[in-house]
Amino acid sequence: MLKIEETTVVHEFSPRMYQQFQEIVKRYPPEQPKAALLPILHVVQAAFGWLSVDGMDKVASYLDIQPIEVYEVASFYTMYFLRPQGKYMLEVCRTGPCCLVGAEKIMKYIEHKLGVKEGEVTPDGLFSWRGVECLAACGFAPVLQIGPEYTFYENLTEEKVDQLIEKLGGKRSIEANQQLTN
Amino acid sequence: MSDIVKVSIDGIPVEVAPGTTILNAARQIGGDIVPPAMCYYSKLEGSGGKCRTCLVKVSKGSEKDPRPMPKLVASCRTTVMDGMEVQNITSAEVIEARKGIVEILLLNHPLDCPVCDQAGECSLQDLAYEHGAAKTRYEFERRKFERIDIGDKIQLHMTRCILCYRCVFVADQITDHRIHGILNRGDHSEISTYIHKAVDNDFSGNVIDVCPVGALTDKTFRFKNRVWFTKPVEAHRDCDKCCGKVTLWYKGEDVLRVTGRKDVYGEVEEFICNTCRFEKKRTDDWVIEGPRNVSNTSVISSNHYGSLHQPPVIKKNLALQESNKEQLERYTRL
Amino acid sequence: MGRKLLLEHIDVEGIQTFDVYRSKGGYAAVEKALKTLTPEEIVEEVKKSGLRGRGGAGFPTGMKWSFLAKPEGKPRYLVCNADESEPGTFKDRFLMTKIPHLLIEGMIIASFALGAKTSYIYVRGEMMPQIRILEKAIAEAKNAGFLGKNILGTGYELELYVQPGGGAYICGEETALIESLEGKRGNPRIKPPFPAIAGLWGCPTVVNNVESIAAVVPIIRDGGEEYAKIGIGRSTGTKLISASGNLVKPGIYEIELGVPVEEFIYSDEFCGGIANGKRLKAVVAGGSSVPILPANLITKTINQEARLMSYESLSDGGFATGSMMGSGGFIAFDEDQCIVRNTWNFARFYHHESCGQCSPCREGTGWMEKVLHRLEYGHGKLSDIDLLVDVSKKIEGNTICPLGDAAAWPVASAIRHFRDEFEWHVTEPRLCLERNYGLAHYADPLPKPEPAVAV
Repeated sequence: MLKIEETTVVHEFSPRMYQQFQEIVKRYPPEQPKAALLPILHVVQAAFGWLSVDGMDKVASYLDIQPIEVYEVASFYTMYFLRPQGKYMLEVCRTGPCCLVGAEKIMKYIEHKLGVKEGEVTPDGLFSWRGVECLAACGFAPVLQIGPEYTFYENLTEEKVDQLIEKLGGKRSIEANQQLTN
Repeated sequence: MSDIVKVSIDGIPVEVAPGTTILNAARQIGGDIVPPAMCYYSKLEGSGGKCRTCLVKVSKGSEKDPRPMPKLVASCRTTVMDGMEVQNITSAEVIEARKGIVEILLLNHPLDCPVCDQAGECSLQDLAYEHGAAKTRYEFERRKFERIDIGDKIQLHMTRCILCYRCVFVADQITDHRIHGILNRGDHSEISTYIHKAVDNDFSGNVIDVCPVGALTDKTFRFKNRVWFTKPVEAHRDCDKCCGKVTLWYKGEDVLRVTGRKDVYGEVEEFICNTCRFEKKRTDDWVIEGPRNVSNTSVISSNHYGSLHQPPVIKKNLALQESNKEQLERYTRL
Repeated sequence: MGRKLLLEHIDVEGIQTFDVYRSKGGYAAVEKALKTLTPEEIVEEVKKSGLRGRGGAGFPTGMKWSFLAKPEGKPRYLVCNADESEPGTFKDRFLMTKIPHLLIEGMIIASFALGAKTSYIYVRGEMMPQIRILEKAIAEAKNAGFLGKNILGTGYELELYVQPGGGAYICGEETALIESLEGKRGNPRIKPPFPAIAGLWGCPTVVNNVESIAAVVPIIRDGGEEYAKIGIGRSTGTKLISASGNLVKPGIYEIELGVPVEEFIYSDEFCGGIANGKRLKAVVAGGSSVPILPANLITKTINQEARLMSYESLSDGGFATGSMMGSGGFIAFDEDQCIVRNTWNFARFYHHESCGQCSPCREGTGWMEKVLHRLEYGHGKLSDIDLLVDVSKKIEGNTICPLGDAAAWPVASAIRHFRDEFEWHVTEPRLCLERNYGLAHYADPLPKPEPAVAV
């Protein structure tokens, strides 16, 4: 169950988003608009960073399906966030082949570096991280990806993680967070 | 294609219509060879295949292709072929697999039968009693959920749920729209409305009847009584929404609850509306037909009705029959 | 050097673009197929090639195509399964990134052979960059007249769309993929009916792996018989192997089926041996779902024959001493790896990815994970090991889809071959937190098979 304040968030869809929806629905036979659900949810999440109840209800009415059908789907797939996340969600692969070459160390390092536990958001709202299952890049392990573009960062080392976080504007953010938590 | 298919289940031959499932063919024979079914519900399209308790062995595929099927199959979703030979309780493999399924279904079940309203008419309880082991090998914390009310008449106790999906099919097929569903995945799956929404429409109460366990219970009956202390009575009324044919569950003079009429497999004969179920709880709302026949294996029958069951030997012997009749009359007078 | 059919031009600058791909002989197979062959002839060529599904099950592709029902008035669909999520497998991502037009060319030929007018490529959602690459390539192909109405003036029309998934391993199962494509939860369907009869929106559907579809291009270009000459026995053609783990050169290799496993691991042409000069302990040969084998059984079969990279040789010995080709995810473990930890990791993966529809998989995978976690951290009991074997048996074969089997096999096989190590985790609960069990006897030469006794 969601917290009450999380259910009342309103997400207004832009006309451009509706345009994208239209493009997506055209891919399927006219009597099967529900097939557009997954791609449309990706569009919504890319716009707002997560899927609010309001957003999902709007998608349901756009596709003329029951809201529960959207909730069912959104909660089934791991890519959809049902509550707000950091602006950058670092998703580190934690499955076998990545672990053979040090994914667990990388996860510990990220936890240490960002100062938040898996699934939590840094106080400035910039970062969160989590372990995810196989990202199909086992030959370039360890790997992580960052949405909504899902760019892959391969052959990770601690230095590469440092550089990446810095590039995303994290250095200042981490210092600020440390001050906040101290 | 002929319109009759011959199959045999545990060596018992039966003739059924093409397209019949193995489970339904077994139900036509009846008795011990009927595989138990926790998720299949003949009145709900698309149900079945999920709980895996009805797995059977197909030792001969058909007359045309006599090869056995490589794996055990879900009898509720596998249609019979002409000449098919099925093993249920005669196959050690099936018995072993079923034992495993029962253990697995009970892994995260709270086993709170002493405080569960479903006790006494619970399919899982029966299944565990018949096929389960006395002890589990599971030594971890069981999954827990908060109890929630979905509507003012129905309580969802997700911890007890075995995810049979029947209530979802009811909402899809019997009611006009569905507002509860399966959220999350894997062993985090739960029946939920996601946000607080009441399930309210005229047929929502049927989710209670189809629920094989105590996950969806009738709040108007909650903790009122154990089902085996109540007396089921068949009754009907003119209802503009449903068939109006129900079972009233009496305790003394009072109707404690109203349900659909359930057959030996726990399936209701016809779905009933919420008005009949929740609002008509006075005897003068109903036309009483008589006591409901309850299977003599059911705990509900333990106190009531049912004449003395005649042992087969009496059926054969006229003299015994006479004396038995006499004895029965004496017994009833007492 | 083996022949390369899929990755021949992989290093050519700009091969992702239509023009470069075309200049290297790309889309010639489409021209040949659409202009000179009938759909039946194409299916026949694929049958002749002996191509086996590259997604994991290894079912002959031509046979699968010939099963497709062709009722009047119902559309037929081809769906490409690019939901690559099997741990250890990353060939499809590589293919789609580097040479997307090969997949599109294969899709056009296959759609034509099956009579599909709309086809979908279902790509796992995490591969957004690949989705963009494919969409761009489709637009290019359409511009050049290889997609859309009246392709190459033959009157054949085809629309090709990319569908993103949402993050679920189970959607690699073909009926779950279809459900997901329909915008539902990825719950596998109960079969029958099979997709060839009633698949996407109830219409006849074929679901093929990316690599299978890409392999159709060389098959049509050179002919099925030519393709069947490559490889060994019923394992024809070339296969992409995703090599990962503790190897000097992990990556994607296109091999002619039949290369000895030993050569694949140690030769410089392929993986170049074990990283950091260590010794090989174990190999998972076909993606996480297939049985794990210790070093001595992966290089040699139980009969002392060299094990080859082929469907038959890898499964030589059955479950007792063999493994499977699977999807070609070759994971190598060096002597410092802990098999218990890895088994726990895989069990957690299957627990996380179980759809939760049928009870043995929903509850059993979680149970196995918890027991393995306990063993890994030194809180286990000796009886846990037999318990795991028993639970895996209760899951295997009793589920709706093969995920149950996939979850059971790694656990059962790890215990079968590495039982000592599991027991060590129980008998040395403190030591197992400090160090690993090591190589032990897992690379020792196999005992000579006893000569068959004449009866």
